[in-house]
Order: sequence, then structure tokens, then C-alpha cells
Amino acid sequence: MNAGLLAEYESPEALVEAARAMRRAGFTVMDAFTPFAIGEVYEILEIPRSRVPIYCLGAGVLGGGYAYLIQFWMNGFDYALNVGGKPLGSVPAFIPPTFEGTVLLASLTAFFSALAFSGLPQISAPVFTVDGFDRASVDRFFLGLEATDPRFDPDLAIRVMHEAGALRVTGVPSAIRETLPA
Amino acid sequence: MDAGGQLARKSVEYAKAADGPSILLTRAPEGVIARRLLRPVFQGGPGWKLAFLITLGGSTVCWLAILYTIATGIGTWGNNIPVAWAYAITNFVWWIGIGHAGTFISAILLILEQNWRNSINRFAEAMTLFAIMQAGIFPVLHLGRPWYAYWIFPYPSTMRVWPNYRSALPWDAAAISTYFTVSLIFWYLGLVPDLAVARDNAPTVAKRRIYGIFALGWRGSAKAWRHYQIAYLILGALATPLVLSVHSAVSLDFAIAQLPGWHSTIFPPYFVSGAIYSGFALVLTLMIPARRIFQLHDIVTTRHLEAMGKLVLVTGSIVYYTYGVEMFIAWYSGSEFEIGLVEQRLTGPYAWSTWMVYGLNFLCPNLMWFKRVRTSAVWMFVISILINIAMWLERFWLIVTSLNRDFLPSSWHIYKPTYVDGAIILGTLFFFMFLFLLFLRFVPFIPITETNELRHMMAKEEARLERERDERRTAG
Repeated sequence: MNAGLLAEYESPEALVEAARAMRRAGFTVMDAFTPFAIGEVYEILEIPRSRVPIYCLGAGVLGGGYAYLIQFWMNGFDYALNVGGKPLGSVPAFIPPTFEGTVLLASLTAFFSALAFSGLPQISAPVFTVDGFDRASVDRFFLGLEATDPRFDPDLAIRVMHEAGALRVTGVPSAIRETLPA
Repeated sequence: MDAGGQLARKSVEYAKAADGPSILLTRAPEGVIARRLLRPVFQGGPGWKLAFLITLGGSTVCWLAILYTIATGIGTWGNNIPVAWAYAITNFVWWIGIGHAGTFISAILLILEQNWRNSINRFAEAMTLFAIMQAGIFPVLHLGRPWYAYWIFPYPSTMRVWPNYRSALPWDAAAISTYFTVSLIFWYLGLVPDLAVARDNAPTVAKRRIYGIFALGWRGSAKAWRHYQIAYLILGALATPLVLSVHSAVSLDFAIAQLPGWHSTIFPPYFVSGAIYSGFALVLTLMIPARRIFQLHDIVTTRHLEAMGKLVLVTGSIVYYTYGVEMFIAWYSGSEFEIGLVEQRLTGPYAWSTWMVYGLNFLCPNLMWFKRVRTSAVWMFVISILINIAMWLERFWLIVTSLNRDFLPSSWHIYKPTYVDGAIILGTLFFFMFLFLLFLRFVPFIPITETNELRHMMAKEEARLERERDERRTAG
């Protein structure tokens, strides 16, 4: 998230409740920051299913197809090798590298697409300026409301966040905190 | 009794009381767990510097022996026709086999939803990476002219020749390079949230910056977690057949030859189970001392030891079954060469290795039938070392007994290693430990995120059970 409000909660359960309350209050553009994945949050925040699998499938097919065809071309045409009178396109012999090609390209795609879709690497981000955000990786659960939310209303949002048990609510980046009502 | 011993005993007592040990004994707050698991990273462990220097010295021996080999040629080694493979390929198969347990733990146990893998997977994955690095040294040196190693890869060359993909060797190169790459990204992806923990708890600005760079700016956003989880699962699913394929490809280097003792269709499952067997043994060899040094008995519990002991039993039994099948097929084939090979394995010049392999590989896994052995760190440690010796000997035995007496008695030859052979294998052991010590010092070696998640899940479940018990009590 770039700018908005960040509420801090003590437990995943509190975070889930807060996210529900925020949805009920009409807010839609939100994100959560948690030490480990919390499945319930995905549905409440309507985070779409990841596109990583479909990219991996495509990459796997491409990698396997490429590995097979290049072997076929190398050993069957460009530098045709006759080994024991066997056919030039020896399908069984080409299977192991085909398999490896499939796995290699699909795995690399899984890794890089997961990072790219998550907007990583991004070493520096506005949320890091928030006091206490260093606990987001250990034992604190944060709910962020983007300022781009069509119904963004700091007063209402802060009230809902506090009612749901927020330990504190901070503006992101933290420099805008002074402009917000307490 | 010191704290480590007490914790170990508590872990066993807990196991007895709870009818099956827990995979996590600590219920300390997440922050406490995180700081504890980060302590080795930010403060180091006892004796680390000494161990570091010893392994660095040992690695230097390895590098000198390699330098000497490259400068002089592989005539410095004991192998010659007919025993052309000898130590180099023995070491290669041994190291690559050890790597398999890491991927087995991280991939297969992940998709089988075995939660106990969570506290040891990073450890085992690092072991995999370092073992593949050691393994890679040997086939390259064994070429004799290692500077031409890149010829195995298909690159457009001015010679206009391509590798022959009907041979098992390019399969091997493809399998191992893929294996290393996939293991590396799997390990790194799992590490990213923990690097973020290290960044957020770093004691100095410099450390925060370094871990911050490697954490790629991870902040645990729900969107990122969603992509991350599925990517991690897919990597697990892809690595699962990969584990089985790598040692299968290695075994085909043997099985495709017509040599008695190698020319067998049972080789792929035989090699894969042997690999996982020896790999689990090395995980135990490394984990038991680390657990004691860093007092992790409540995170790596008796349950982990038991689970690995059972896997050692299963895979060891498959290996032993293969020994039986090999003998049966030799007899059943009626081929005098196959029968002759079995005879000379049992009584020939290398009979000592046969009996050691048969003896140790029978004894070690079968001791795992006993719960006392499975739950005892000392027993497991000793057995794990014996297994690794036995499995190294098994590869030596498999290669040398088949090669030293082939079809023509006039070409029979006794193989003897030279001191350079010995220096290189010993050196790679040091180099492996050197890399492993670096890993223990600079990377959170027990997954903090996953341990905290597990703690949360278990605490929640225990609270629920407690509530139900209370409700029953008030109702009754």
C-alpha cells in the first residue's frame, strides 16, 4: 500500500474480525500485513486467486516442448547421429531432458511470477516508516486501508478500526499522522 | 544435568504422557521464539570460530588436491582401465544421494501435509544444496580435461556438433543442473519471510540493510502471501517428481551399461531409496548436534527423530530388498557372468566391502524397529554415521566389484586409491561442513515463520479442546 491508514492487532482472529467490520462499513481497497498467511483474510478482502499456477502451466508446456524439439532437431537433423540403427527421432531417449526442461521452466516461473505479482522486490516501502511495523513479521497483525478507496473516510475508518480492537492506528506514510484526527 | 539434557528428557516424558510426541513443545510468545531462533544468526554459537577455521583448513586441502589433479592430470588418481570410475563416481553418487533427503523433506512431505517437516526443512534443504555442490566437483574433474566440461551442454558451437541425447550423461547434466536450480529457488522462496524477520529484528543498521536486501522488501501483505503460498506449493509439486528423477538419471549411467551387476532395471528405485536413506542419515548427523548446541529440544523434538527413524527403516528396507533381488536375478538369468559376479562379490578381493555393506545396511535400519533406539538422540547419531559410511561403501562396492573383473579375465585388475583420492573426498567433507557452518551462522536455520504459525495453530487447538472439556465438565 502507498498511502492510507494502518491498524495494528494482536492476533489473527482480531485481524479477521476487523477486516469484516471494515467491509461492513463499506471499505473495499484494503490489504493485511501478517507474519504468516491467514486464509480467511483472502475471502474477506476479496483478494483474487493467484495467476501463478496458470503461468506455471504455460511455462511447463513451453519448457518441455522446447526441450523435446531441440533434442529432436539437434540429434535428428542438424547433427544427425545414427546410434545402432535406431530412428533419428528416438522418443524414449529424449524423455528425461524433456521432463527436466518442463520442471525447470515451470519452477523458475513459479518463483519469479510470485515475486512479480506481489510487487517484489521493493526494498523500500511507505509502510516501513510506520512505528512498530517491524513486528508485522513476528507477532503483530496489520490491516491497511488505502487512501485510494472510493469511500475513504479517515474518521469513520479510525473509529471502526478501534472498535474492532486496534492497538493503534497510524497514517501511512507516518509523516501524515499529524494531519489525522486522533 | 544441563538444560539441554533436561529438555531432551522432558521431550521423551512428554511423548510418553501424550501418547505420541508433539512436533512443537514450546508455547512461548512468537517474539520470544523469533529472538531465540535468530540468536545463532546475530550472536553466533559456541565454538563457531574454531569450527570455522578447522573446516576452512580442511577445505584448503580439498582445493590443493584439486589443483594438483588439474595441473597434473587424473593419473594422480588410482583409477585406470578397467576400474575407470572408482572414487570419483563413488563420491559423486554418494553426495548427490545425500542431497535427496532435503528435497524429500521439503517437497514430498509438504504435499503430503506432514507438519513435522516445518522445523527441519530449511536445514535439510541447505544440506541438499551444499551436497550437490560437492557432487558436482567429481564428474567435472573425472573428465580429465575439466575445462571442457561445458561441452555437455547444448550451446551453438563453431564445431557444429551437439551432445548426444541418446546417452545417459547429458540426461545427468540436465537432471543435476535442474535439481540444483529448483532446490535453490525453493530454499530461497521459503527463506524470504524469515529474512524479513531477521531484517526487522536486526541489532545493527548494517545487518538490517543486508537482510533487508535479501528479504526483497517482504512485508507479509495478504496479496503477496496468496501468490507465495501457491508458488511454494507448486514448487513442491514440481520438485516431487524431480527428486525421483535425479537419482534415476544417475542410476541410468550404470544401468545402460552391459556390465554384470549394473545392467538391471531395478536400478532407478534402488538408487532413489538408497539416496533418501543416506540423506536422512546425514540430516540426523547434522541435526542432533545442532539441536544440542542451540538447545532446540522443544522445537526439534523426539517426534522428529522418530519420524526420520521410520523413514530410514522404510528406505533402508527397500535397499535391502534390492540386494536380494540382484542375487535372485543373477541366479534366475542363468548368465554365467552375472552368477560369477555375485560369487566374486561374496568371496573375491573386495568381499570385505560386500560383507560390510550387507551387514551395516541390515543392522542400521532394523535397529529402528525399537522405539528406544528411535527416540534416543545418541543411538540415532551413531547409527546415522554408520549408515553414511555404509552407503559410501555401497557405491564403492557397486562400482569397483563390477568393473575390476569384467568379461575378460586378462583385463582383471585390482583397484587401489591414491592419497590424492583420499584428500579430495576428505576435503569435500570439510568443504561441506564449511558451507554448512556459514549457513548456520548467517541464515535462520529453523523456519521462524512456520514455527510461529505452528505454535499459533497448536495453541488455538489446545484452547478449543480445553473449552470443550470445560463445557463437558459443567454439563456433566
